[in-house]
Amino acid sequence: MNFLKHHPFAVAAAACALLLASSWLMKDYFIFEMQMVLVLAIAILGLNLLTGLSGQVSLGHGAFFAVGAYAYAILTEVVRLHYAAAIPAAGLACFVFGILVGFPALRLDGHRLALATFALALAIPQLLRHKSISEWTGGVQGLVVSKPPAPASLESLGLSPERWLFAISIAVALAMFLIAYNLSRGAVGRVLVAIRDQPIAAGAMGINLAHYKTMIFGVSAAYTGIAGALGALAVGFVAPDSFPAFLSVTLLVGVVIGGLGSVGAAIAGALFVQFVPEIATRLSQSAPWAIYGACLIAFMYFLPHGLAGIVRKK
Amino acid sequence: MEALLHQLSAGIVNGSIYASVGLALVMIDMATHHINFAQGEMATFSTFCAWKLLVMGVPYWTTFLVVVVLSFVAGVAIQRLVLRRFEKAPVLNNVVVFVGLLVIFNATGGLFFGHELKQFPSPFEPITWLSTRFLTAHGSGSILVMLGMLALVFSFFKFSRVGLAMRASAYNPDSAALVGIKVSWMLALGWGLAAAVGAVAGLMIAPVVFLDAGMMGGVLLYGFAAALLGGLHNPWGAVVGGFIVGIVENLLGAYVTGTDLKLTVALILIVLTLTLMPQGLFGKTIAKRV
Repeated sequence: MNFLKHHPFAVAAAACALLLASSWLMKDYFIFEMQMVLVLAIAILGLNLLTGLSGQVSLGHGAFFAVGAYAYAILTEVVRLHYAAAIPAAGLACFVFGILVGFPALRLDGHRLALATFALALAIPQLLRHKSISEWTGGVQGLVVSKPPAPASLESLGLSPERWLFAISIAVALAMFLIAYNLSRGAVGRVLVAIRDQPIAAGAMGINLAHYKTMIFGVSAAYTGIAGALGALAVGFVAPDSFPAFLSVTLLVGVVIGGLGSVGAAIAGALFVQFVPEIATRLSQSAPWAIYGACLIAFMYFLPHGLAGIVRKK
Repeated sequence: MEALLHQLSAGIVNGSIYASVGLALVMIDMATHHINFAQGEMATFSTFCAWKLLVMGVPYWTTFLVVVVLSFVAGVAIQRLVLRRFEKAPVLNNVVVFVGLLVIFNATGGLFFGHELKQFPSPFEPITWLSTRFLTAHGSGSILVMLGMLALVFSFFKFSRVGLAMRASAYNPDSAALVGIKVSWMLALGWGLAAAVGAVAGLMIAPVVFLDAGMMGGVLLYGFAAALLGGLHNPWGAVVGGFIVGIVENLLGAYVTGTDLKLTVALILIVLTLTLMPQGLFGKTIAKRV
């Protein structure tokens, strides 16, 4: 246990290598599911930075996910940019979008911010469907996204496009978690926690609240945007109906179930969000979401600090 | 000119519904300091129950009464059974609980009543003298019902002892408890009232947009825009805000953006209100001593 505490990234890197190696044993559908877990984990991590660390509740991160996915699709299919450049570019586009959203968000807190961002999540599918931009976005049908093949030298090892994508996702996830871990443990992390817990005192100490709050909105959006781009690659297409308001709700649920403010908890949250609806469907064909809702309330009642709370108490 | 008056009247009809939903949101917000995300889905569920009763042959106004009373009871029950434990919990936990309720109502609505679009009858269509040049019979009836309900709620709060007790609990829960008011039951009462108001709004809007599980999603958003526009601490501001939102939505939809961007209009309205007028039209800017 001590080794884990002192060398978390050695352990994480080893786990990632093991995960990649085991993909040769997995069926394609399971690789897809694990892929989506990674995608959701990055998105949930982004939301956790915003909500857990700096205290701004967002029920609209599905919008950033959608913008990242569409930005990637447009950059690779319409502008024909190389995929290695398109993923960070999608993140950058979402960073800018996030800062723009962060400005009006400065005026709100708690439930009101949640409802305002929910408005964003509801409006995005409508906007994406609109005729005026459909020559870029493909309108109602959306755009098809093709998976890039592995470089020729690695392809001979058996790295199919699915496994290559899986490898890229693992690498990206590892990098993003490393950045988030350092962010939350460093000076910026402390500033954000101060802003969350005692905003007036933080302002009195000279912290520029507006600057940090909008910046973290941008960073959080960039994380979710990159997750969206990877998600688009995994699924193979982007369409307005792929990003309903419920996606934003799902991401927030992942954050709270995993545990607020804990970087590692994003993976637990992603696993919950990906697999519990499937389990619920197996339990009840007709109303799986009712079971999902009951699960949420039960979790809040029994584990108010999320899954990370179990670990922390020890 | 005639087309403009048509749009204005349609705006007033929709506005009365947004006003009610906005009022329900503000009532719960003032009492519990939480915004009820599940408001729309609860109203839809009540409307589904009403549909079932109508299909079974119960006359309309009996159904109306039964559903409103049942919604009130259900609202009280939800607060007592589910929400009371989370009163002291952090904001996010409450948001997740509301999301859970939203999902449960949405799913059970589909489970018990089916997923197809249903037509919902209007009680006002046969009353021909209600139909004017610019309003359908249902439109006029809807406005009358909404105004009547708002008047009832207003007089309840202003003239009755229980209403006074509720206002006291929202304004200063500690002092109210010291005077002997059961604050927790006042919260439950607030929830019951909001559920009943939502049910009426659902019943009025269902004949216009067909009844299905997603009926109130957009309406909830407009209700929130209305509440924000009026200032979140002012119930009557929410009512005025509702009418403004309804009129603006219809005018913009007809002359500027077309009907497929309605939710975006709501979003822009919310963002503009927040950035330019965060206290709303009628709210007070509260300056706190730090």
